[in-house]
Order: sequence, then structure tokens, then C-alpha cells
Amino acid sequence: MEELITFDKVCLTYHTKESETPVLADMSFSVGRGELMGLVGPSGCGKTTVLSLISGIIRPTSGKVLTGGMAPEKCDISGYMLQKDELLPWRTNMANILLGAELKKRDKAAARQKALELLEKYDLKGVEKHYPDQLSGGMRQRVALIRTLVLAPQIILLDEPFSALDFQTRLQVVNDVYTMLKTEKMTAVFVTHDINEAISMCDRVAVLSSKPCHIKEIVDISVFKGIPPAERRISGEFVRLYDKILTSMQSRTEQTWNTQKNTPATSNGSAGKNLQ
Amino acid sequence: MVAAFFGLWEALTALGALDSFITSSPSRMAVKLAELFQTGDLLYHMGVTLAETVISFLLATAMGVAAAIALWWCESARKILEPHLVILNSLPKIALGPVIIIWVGAGTSAIIVMALLISLIITIINSLQAFLSVEEGKLRLFATMKASKTQTLFKLILPSAIPDLMAVLKVNVGLSWVGTIMGEYLVSKAGLGYLIIYGGTIFDLDIVMTATVVLCVLAALMYYAVVLTEKAIGKKFKFNS
Repeated sequence: MEELITFDKVCLTYHTKESETPVLADMSFSVGRGELMGLVGPSGCGKTTVLSLISGIIRPTSGKVLTGGMAPEKCDISGYMLQKDELLPWRTNMANILLGAELKKRDKAAARQKALELLEKYDLKGVEKHYPDQLSGGMRQRVALIRTLVLAPQIILLDEPFSALDFQTRLQVVNDVYTMLKTEKMTAVFVTHDINEAISMCDRVAVLSSKPCHIKEIVDISVFKGIPPAERRISGEFVRLYDKILTSMQSRTEQTWNTQKNTPATSNGSAGKNLQ
Repeated sequence: MVAAFFGLWEALTALGALDSFITSSPSRMAVKLAELFQTGDLLYHMGVTLAETVISFLLATAMGVAAAIALWWCESARKILEPHLVILNSLPKIALGPVIIIWVGAGTSAIIVMALLISLIITIINSLQAFLSVEEGKLRLFATMKASKTQTLFKLILPSAIPDLMAVLKVNVGLSWVGTIMGEYLVSKAGLGYLIIYGGTIFDLDIVMTATVVLCVLAALMYYAVVLTEKAIGKKFKFNS
């Protein structure tokens, strides 16, 4: 199985006139094609920064980030799903979906064709002529995901895409998004501070520490492989994994700082197991 | 409301409670209006003032929005100029009257420059504020789609700022009238402001009041024109204001 995302000893430091702030410290992990990798950690720990590195919006201070074997800024293979749907109210849903194609000057007719197929596939047939304000929160998020999928990315970066939804909608949308990502055989990196969501969706979960951000532990969730979120939540294994991740999140930073050097090895091991 | 006001005014002057020499009266204004209309003076002065106002309104809006776009585009220029703009905005522009007359001459251009000065700065400040208040998340969306600055401007910043720009237009209508009449007070040989000053000088309150009422009507009409434009654009851009 091919590695689609590789982080090799990535460090990122922000420089201001007065000081240097380390944001990411020595981060190494990899995500295989078709894998759903979760990143959990406290708010403001730099989770979003990891996504920005994968998409090539920012570059590491040292170390290497590769997507599809290339530098991210040279290959445009990742797409985002953000915290809010960010649909533009003055555009119809179709015009919103085609925004990316428009900005990247891609073939609009082909994108429109693909959009119509995706809309039909995910129960949104007929909404293309309407405006976003006529949709429910769940439908809006699905439209937003289709906006990303239309660009045919190989990697989807999910930046807390459910945190703005109310509880009930969230359960539904987590299920929908999981189904869509798996049906489209997407590789995804999912950033959240909600352990439940991470276990519900992911194949592996990396626990991040706060600044400087580094990986404390990578927890393997491959026992749930292919099982949709709703069923995962009612399994006994769910609680055990929850506890494991929570303990890891709460463990003291100094301890994990030492063990962190070993983490890449474990991560590769579990990745390998995962990918059979 | 308006009818009651004029009714009361007329009644009080008819009863002698108000001196119609000082306050004029609706009936005397009607006579004056007909007189001015017949001599062609009314339409002439209305035309002059309206033209000056519309020109300065359009110029102020276009120049103001263009300047705001430039400041949005260039962050360092914005940081340097913004405090100066705020200070300039608090300066009473009428104080610049003599300077304007000396620089551009005592004519129509002085009036337009006066009106421009009054509305331009506030247009720049308000439009820039509108551009900068676009949601962080939407900017991030455009960044993740690797949109260029031009694309971000035309497909995100300007459409999102439309409701605020409409509010700027409404304020500008009022300010352009203020500026034009103020300009006409300073220098002019024609226009409603000229008529008011002229009436005041010869103590003909009928002229003053008639011209003022005509001014009110014109300002209201122009305001409605902007409101209608706003509705039409609002429909297209899905803003319900």
C-alpha cells in the first residue's frame, strides 16, 4: 500500500521580531492511500497547522512533507472541508459547488457533470438551482463536501467540520461524511478535539500535545475497519478506545516527550497492519 | 404627518399667530413656486443643484470605493494611511472653503470639490471597513482553493460587501446634498443653495422656504432611487435589507 502523505521530522517555527515560537516539533507520521487518519488534541495545539502543511499553504521550517511523493505546493491533490460550510449566499448551490473549478480555471462543463452525479448519489438531487439558505445544516455540509469532491482531490483535509452543528445533525452528518469518504475511496486527515468523532470515523488516531505540537501516540482503530460511525458508537470496544485516547491526551507532556521519539516506528507498524 | 404639519403652519399664519413675513406660509410658497416655475427659474436652479449633487455623489462613491479597494489590496499603505484618514474625517471640511476657491476657482468645480471632500473620506473608511469585515472562514475557504487576490476581490470581498456598500450609498446621498448646498453657499451664481442665500439676503422668506421644500423633495427622491437600486441588487445577491 502506497503512502500518500508523509511527514518526515517536520518542524515549524514562527519567527517574530522578538522571538521564535516553535509550533510543530519533530513530527513524523504517514497516511496510506484510502486511510482515514484522525488528529486529536487540545484547542490551539497546531492541528490546523498540520493540515496547512499538507495542503501546501505553509511550508515547514525543517523536515519534509510529501503528498503523493511530491512537495504539496507543487501538486494540487488536496481539498478542504472546513468548520462551517462557508457556502456563499449569493450563489446557487451549483454555483457554490463549481467555485473551486472556477477559481482553478478547470473545465466547468465536466465539473458540472460530476457535480450532478454526486448530488444525485448523495440524496441532493434538485437542490442545484436553489440557494444555500434553503438547505438544512446537514444538507449544507454535504453540499460543501461535494464542492470539495468535484475538484477530484486525492486527499481530503477535514478541519473540525462538525463542530458548528447541533448534536443530532452532527451524528447524521458524521455518518454521511464517513459514507461519502469511503464510497469515493478518499484518503483523509480529520482534525477534531472530539474523541468520539475521531473514533467514529477514523482508521487511526494520532494524539497531539499542545505547543510545541508533537505526536504523543498513534492509536490504532482498525478493529472498526469498514464499520460505520453509528455502529461503532454502540460497541464495547468504543469505550476502551475512548479511554485509551483520553488517557494519552491527559498524560503529562514531559513523559510523552521522551517516548515521542519511538512513536514514528509504532505508527508505521500500525499503518502496515492497517493496510493489508 | 406632512399634511398635518403644513395644515397647522397655514392655519397659524392665517390666524396671525405666526408672522408670515418671518415664517412664510404654504399658500405663499405655492404662489412663489408657480411664479418661479413660470419664469423658468425653478427648473434652472433645480437642474443646476441636482446636476452638481449627482456628479459629486457618483464621483465620491466611485473614487471612495476605488481608494478603499487599493487600501484593502496593499496592507502597508492601509496601515500608514488609515490613522490619517480618521483625522481628516474629523476635520470640518467647510474650513477648507477658501482654499478650494483659490485652488480650483469660484465656480461649479469648487462646489463639486466641496461635496466630494465631505463624502469621500467617510466613503473610503466605511467601504474599507466593509471589505475587512468579511468572515475569516470564507477567506480561509478561498485560501484553501488557492484563489488569487483578484479572484478573492471580485468573487468574495466585493459581493460580501454589497449590503454595507449600499448603506454607504445611502449616507452619501445625504452628504452630497450637504456638500453641494454648502458649496453653493460659498460660491455660486445658480442653484437652490444660491436661491436660499439670495432669498435670505433680500429678506424674502417665501423664496427661502420654497427652495428648502423643493430641496427636501429632491433629496427624498434621490434617496428612494438608491433604495430601489438596493432592492434590485439585493434580490440578485440574496441580501434582504
